[in-house]
Amino acid sequence: MQSKKSSSRNKGITLKNITESKGFTAFTSVLLAIFLGLIFGFIVMAFAGPQNVFKGFSYILLGGFGRFGDVLYFATPILMTGLSVGLAFRMGLFNIGASGQYTMGMFFALYVGFMWDLPPEIHWIAAIIAGMVGGMLWGFIPGIFKAFLNVNEVITTIMFNYIGMYLVDMLIQGNLVLYLSSNARTNYLPRTVQLPSLGIMGSNVNVGIIMAVIIGIILFIVLEKTTFGYELKATGFNKHASNYAGMKGKTNIILTMVIAGGLAGLGGAFAILAPSAIAGSSMTYEPINIIAVNGFNGIAVALLGSANPIGIIFSATFISFIQRGGTLANLVGYKPEIIDVVIAVIIYFSAFAMIMNSGIGRFIKKYIIKKPHTNILLEDLEAVEEEIEVQNKEAE
Amino acid sequence: MENYIVEMLNITKEFPGIIANDNITLNLKKGEVHALLGENGAGKSTLVSVLFGLYQAEKGEIKKNGKEVKINNPNDANDLGIGMVHQHFKLVEIFTVLENIILGVEPNTLGFLQKTDARKKVMELSGKYGLKINPDALIEEISIGMQQRAEILKMLYRENEILIFDEPTAVLTPQEIKELLKIMRDLAQEGKSVLFITHKLNEIIEVADRCTVLRKGKYIGTVDIKDTTKEELSRMMVGRDISFNIEKKLTEVKEVVLSVKNVTVPSKLHKNNAVKNISFDVRGGEIVCLAGIDGNGQTEFISALTGLEKVSSGTIILGGKDITKSSIRKRSVSGMSHIPEDRHKHGLILDYSLEENLVLQRYWQPEFQNKGFIRFHAVRNYAECLIKKYDVRSGQGPITMARSMSGGNQQKAIIAREIDKDHEVLVAVQPTRGLDVGAVEYIHKQLISRRDCGKGVLLVSLELDEVMNVSDRILVMYEGEIVGELDPKKTTVQELGLYMSGAKRNTVKEIDNAE
Repeated sequence: MQSKKSSSRNKGITLKNITESKGFTAFTSVLLAIFLGLIFGFIVMAFAGPQNVFKGFSYILLGGFGRFGDVLYFATPILMTGLSVGLAFRMGLFNIGASGQYTMGMFFALYVGFMWDLPPEIHWIAAIIAGMVGGMLWGFIPGIFKAFLNVNEVITTIMFNYIGMYLVDMLIQGNLVLYLSSNARTNYLPRTVQLPSLGIMGSNVNVGIIMAVIIGIILFIVLEKTTFGYELKATGFNKHASNYAGMKGKTNIILTMVIAGGLAGLGGAFAILAPSAIAGSSMTYEPINIIAVNGFNGIAVALLGSANPIGIIFSATFISFIQRGGTLANLVGYKPEIIDVVIAVIIYFSAFAMIMNSGIGRFIKKYIIKKPHTNILLEDLEAVEEEIEVQNKEAE
Repeated sequence: MENYIVEMLNITKEFPGIIANDNITLNLKKGEVHALLGENGAGKSTLVSVLFGLYQAEKGEIKKNGKEVKINNPNDANDLGIGMVHQHFKLVEIFTVLENIILGVEPNTLGFLQKTDARKKVMELSGKYGLKINPDALIEEISIGMQQRAEILKMLYRENEILIFDEPTAVLTPQEIKELLKIMRDLAQEGKSVLFITHKLNEIIEVADRCTVLRKGKYIGTVDIKDTTKEELSRMMVGRDISFNIEKKLTEVKEVVLSVKNVTVPSKLHKNNAVKNISFDVRGGEIVCLAGIDGNGQTEFISALTGLEKVSSGTIILGGKDITKSSIRKRSVSGMSHIPEDRHKHGLILDYSLEENLVLQRYWQPEFQNKGFIRFHAVRNYAECLIKKYDVRSGQGPITMARSMSGGNQQKAIIAREIDKDHEVLVAVQPTRGLDVGAVEYIHKQLISRRDCGKGVLLVSLELDEVMNVSDRILVMYEGEIVGELDPKKTTVQELGLYMSGAKRNTVKEIDNAE
C-alpha cells in the first residue's frame, strides 16, 4: 500500500512529466476526434455517391500533399481567426464575431491599398496594419459593451458580424476607386500592396502564413510566460478570484477583445492582400451580403486546437489540408456541394468530438471505471495520505 | 437484539493506495439522532457515501429493516428513503429556492410545472420546522445559511425517513445551530432517523442519542451519549488529549491601523441598505471580531471594505490613507490582506497550480516578473519557501493543482499567501469554516501570531467559540448595524447571543463620536 502510493507520487514529481502526460492526452484526444470526424465524413460520402467513395475519399485524405503550397495559403486566414477565437476563449469570452472583424480587416486593408499613396516598400505593410486596426475596432466595441454594460459578448459579436458585413458592402459599393460595378467586385489591387509571394509555382502561398505562424508562437509565449497571460487565464478560469486578486477585469476584457479582433482583422488583410498567381490580377472582395465563412471556421479551428495557439497552428493546417484535398474529389464525379458537406462534416464532427471527448472521458471515469473522482473523495484521500505521512514521520 | 432501521455491517472500502473504511459497522435505530464523529479524513464522508450509493463497498453489507439491500446510486438510496445534505451543497445556482427543492420530483400536469401545490407544501414544511426561506430568491443571491435550509427542505419534501447531515453546522450561526439541533430532535421524535456527521463535540453532547467514532478509517466504537463526556469523545476521535483553550499572550495595543467611519453599503437583495452607517477602529496588536448571525451585513461590509463592492457613503482609512475609492490592488498594496469567505470562489483559482496561486497577489511585483515576463524560477522558490514555512501539504508540491488539494490545505495556502505579503491589517472572513480540529488550531495560532506581531486583525466569524476565544474585542452586527461592543473576557456566550439576535444593544463609543 505504501509503495503504491510513493510510486504514484514519484511519477508525478517533475513538471516535465506532468506537462508531457497532459500534452499526450490532449494530442491523443485530438487524433481520436479527427478519426471520428473522418469516419463520419466517409459515411456521408458513401451515401452521396457509393461508386467512387474510396477513390474520392483518398483524394480528400491525401490530395493535400500534392498542393501543399495551397494548403498553407488557405490555412492562413483560418489560422488567424482561429487564434482570435482561441485567445478570447482562454479569457472565458466566446468571440463569434471573428467574421465581422475579418471583414472589417479586409476593408481597412483594401482602403489603405487603394486610397493611400505610399512608397511601394511599405505600402503592403501599412495595409496589413490597417487590417489589424479594422479588426481591433470591431473587437473593441463588443469588448466595451461586455466590460461596462455586461452585455453578453456572444450576442454583440454576432450582431457585429452583420453590422460589419453590411457596412463594408455599403462602403465598398459607394467607393468608385475600390468598386468595379460592372463585375460586382473590387478592383484589382496594385502589385505593391500585395504580399510578397513565397514563389511556389502555381500557388498563392505568401509571407502571410509565416507571419501567422510567428503570431501564433508569440501568442503562445504571451499566454504561458507573461503576467498578461497569467491574468487572462486566471480571469478565464475564475473571474471572481481574479477580481479579488486586484486584476483589472474590465481592462482585460477590452484588451482581449481588441487583440482577438486584431488577429481576425489580420486574417482578413492576409486573405485580401494575397498575391495572385495570375499576373495582373489580385484577390477581390464581392459585396454580396454574405458573412465571411472563414470567421466561423475559426471557431472549429480553435476548438480542434484546444484554444492553444500552437495547437491552432496545426489544426488550421489540417483543416486547410482536408479542404484542398476535397476539391480534388471533383475529379471522380463528386459535386462541389457534396464535397463541402463532407468536409464540413469532418471538421465540425472533429471539433464536436473534441468537446465530447472531455465529456465522455469524464463520464467513463465516473461511471464505468469506478475510480475515485469526486472532490469530496479527493479531500479524504489527501487527508488520509497526510496522516500516513505524519505517522511515518513520527515513526522515524 | 434491537431493531435497527439501517445496518451497515463490516463495511470495507478501499481506494488505490489507502483503505478509507476498514471493517466499519454502523447501526441506526428508528427515531434516534446518531452522530458520526471523526477528524477530516477519518472516513466519515466515505462511509455515508457508501450508504448514499455514491460508492460501493468491497466488503460488507447494508441492511434496511433487517433485509439486505443493494444501493448502487443515489436514486436507489432515495427510493429507500435515505436523504442527504451534502457539505458542499448540490443546488442549481440560477434556480430559485422552490425550484431547487422540487428539482427531480417536479409536480406536473402533462409536462407543465405545477408549482402552487409544491409551494404550499414547502411553505408548510418551512413553517413547521422553522426553516426560514424565501422560495423565490435565487440560490446565487442568498446566504449560505439559507442555502442549507433549502437543502434540508429538499430532503423533507421528498419525505425521506433516514436523513444524513454531512457537517451541517459548519456554516451556521449559534442560533441557527440551536435551531437546527432542535429540528433534528423534532425529526427524530417524529420517527425519522438522523445520521449527523460532525467533529464538533458540543453539538453531539447536546443532540445525539448515540455516537459512532471513526479514526483513520477504522472503527473505534459506538457510545451512548448519556454515558460519556466531551473529553472521552475527543480522546476517541483524536487518539490523544487535546486542549480546548487557546493560549494568548497579553500584547500592547498600538495605533489605529484601520478606521471605518459611517460606512453604508447598499444591498443587492432588497432596497434597504445592507450595512447602515457603521464606524469602528482596528488597532495594531488586537484581534477585533465582527460577530453576528449570517446575513446581517457582514458579507456586504467586507466586500465594501476589501473593494469588491462600492460603499454608498462613509470613509475607510487604512494606515492613515483614505482608501474608500481605491481599487482592490491599491488596497492590497496599502497593507490590506484578505482571507475571503469563499475560498473556491474568491480565494483560489482551482485550475491553477499551488505555486501560481501563491503568487496571486504578487505576480506583478518586480520580484516575480521582468518586463511583463513571469520569473518562473523566482515563483517556484517563493512557493517552496511558503509551503515549507506554513506547512502546506499537497500531492506534488508547488505544481499540484489547487483543485486536488484538501480543504484544510487550500485554506493554509491562502493564509500563507495573505500573511506573507506586507500588510497592516488582516481581514479574515470565517477562516476556519468547514475545517477539522487540527486545522482550526493552526489557523487560530496564525491569527494570534499576526496580532502578536503588532498587526491589526479583523475577524469575521459565526462560530461562538472562535469569537470568544480568539478575539480581543467583539463587535456585534445585527441588521447592518453594530449593536454592541463587548469584551470577551467580561461577557458570556448567552449575552453575546442576545446581542446577535437583536434582543439587546448598547451604544458604541465610536458611533457617538462620529455623529
